[in-house]
Amino acid sequence: MGGENVVIGDHSHDHEHDHHHEHGHDHEHAHGGKTVSLNRSLLEKNDRLAERNRGFFKAKRLLVLNVVSSPGSGKTTFIRETAKKLGKKLRVGVIVGDLATDNDAAELRKAKIPVVQITTGTVCHLDAEMVSKAAAQLDLDKLDVLVIENVGNLVCPADYDLGEDLRVVLLSTTEGEDKPLKYPPMFHSANVVIVAKNDLAAAAGFNRQQALANLKRISHHAEIFELSSKTGEGMEAWLDFLAKQREERSNG
Amino acid sequence: MHEVAIMDEAVRMAVDTAKSSGASRVLGLRLRIGTLSGVVPEAMRFAFDVVCRGTMAEGASLEIESVPASCWCAQCRKEFECADLLNECPRCLNVSGELRRGRELEIASVELE
Ligand SMILES: Nc1nc2c(ncn2[C@@H]2O[C@H](COP(=O)(O)OP(=O)(O)OP(=O)(O)O)[C@@H](O)[C@H]2O)c(=O)[nH]1
Ligand SMILES: [Mg+2]
Ligand SMILES: [Zn+2]
Repeated sequence: MGGENVVIGDHSHDHEHDHHHEHGHDHEHAHGGKTVSLNRSLLEKNDRLAERNRGFFKAKRLLVLNVVSSPGSGKTTFIRETAKKLGKKLRVGVIVGDLATDNDAAELRKAKIPVVQITTGTVCHLDAEMVSKAAAQLDLDKLDVLVIENVGNLVCPADYDLGEDLRVVLLSTTEGEDKPLKYPPMFHSANVVIVAKNDLAAAAGFNRQQALANLKRISHHAEIFELSSKTGEGMEAWLDFLAKQREERSNG
Repeated sequence: MHEVAIMDEAVRMAVDTAKSSGASRVLGLRLRIGTLSGVVPEAMRFAFDVVCRGTMAEGASLEIESVPASCWCAQCRKEFECADLLNECPRCLNVSGELRRGRELEIASVELE
């Protein structure tokens, strides 16, 4: 429990004034209150559950991916093609977060991929608890790779660790090369960046040089793959990478 | 945006603290929010009123301390303030990748009665 550093009757919130306050409000609480320091993360519950997921997935020898992007960047198509092409080599299961519809799940099911749908309603991201419940509905012992399709959003999912091994961020060639600069925390947290819909690059006037330069600035640690889920171009390198990742983890 | 969920967690922690220390009411919460945390302080304030309703924190004040982002320059071994992750170190002009502050989403303290 919190409650360390209980200071009774202390009203000297020692304000560091280089930290600008949001808007002035009266600090002189006229009551005889006591201030209790907590200094706790508001994400600690999720972080704890995410660690638990990670341990659980590790014990199951699963490679877990958290796939994020803006709406419509091509997550579902990318996951479907990845699962199909890994085919006999590695078995893939999917957890899909979708605001309201069942479309993404239906599309994956059609391709005979084991899938669980999380209907998030108005929620803007998946969290570790949702993932743990959804994972319980999959026969994990029959899987090698678990792919989580997050909600189409580049802001909120950045804060929520799901217990994944790799965070995979998609940037499609139709959405502009400055995306990484507009969403630095998400791109910064990427382990892998997929430049998706590469077949449309020329038609969309995608400035590849600029996009890669932006990614290099923000996504320092990320492996970058340029590919098209539609034509299959570039998929080989990504699939090899995945197989290697899974190999390393199941030996380790 | 998940401000409501974040705020709900903050109020839950405040109320738990109040209960475990035998307080009767939560008078105020102080949060620490990094400028790159992805949550919008205005939306936090809005969520606060909704989330507090009917709890021990109803009517409590909310103070938000905004934490500017800062990066670590490995070359100079110093922190420098940065608006996002792209800024270069003012001393050596290297772009640093290591964010030291700016992603905080914390409850700093509560004021109890
Ligand atoms: N040309 C081309 N189109 C693609 C490619 N990948 C996906 N698309 C199309 O882009 C649209 C969106 O693709 P989805 O895979 O549904 O995208 P998503 O990111 O899952 O979308 P949300 O779940 O709604 O956020 C669909 O019409 C796809 O057919 C690609 O590599 N090339
Ligand atoms: Mg989708
Ligand atoms: Zn420097």
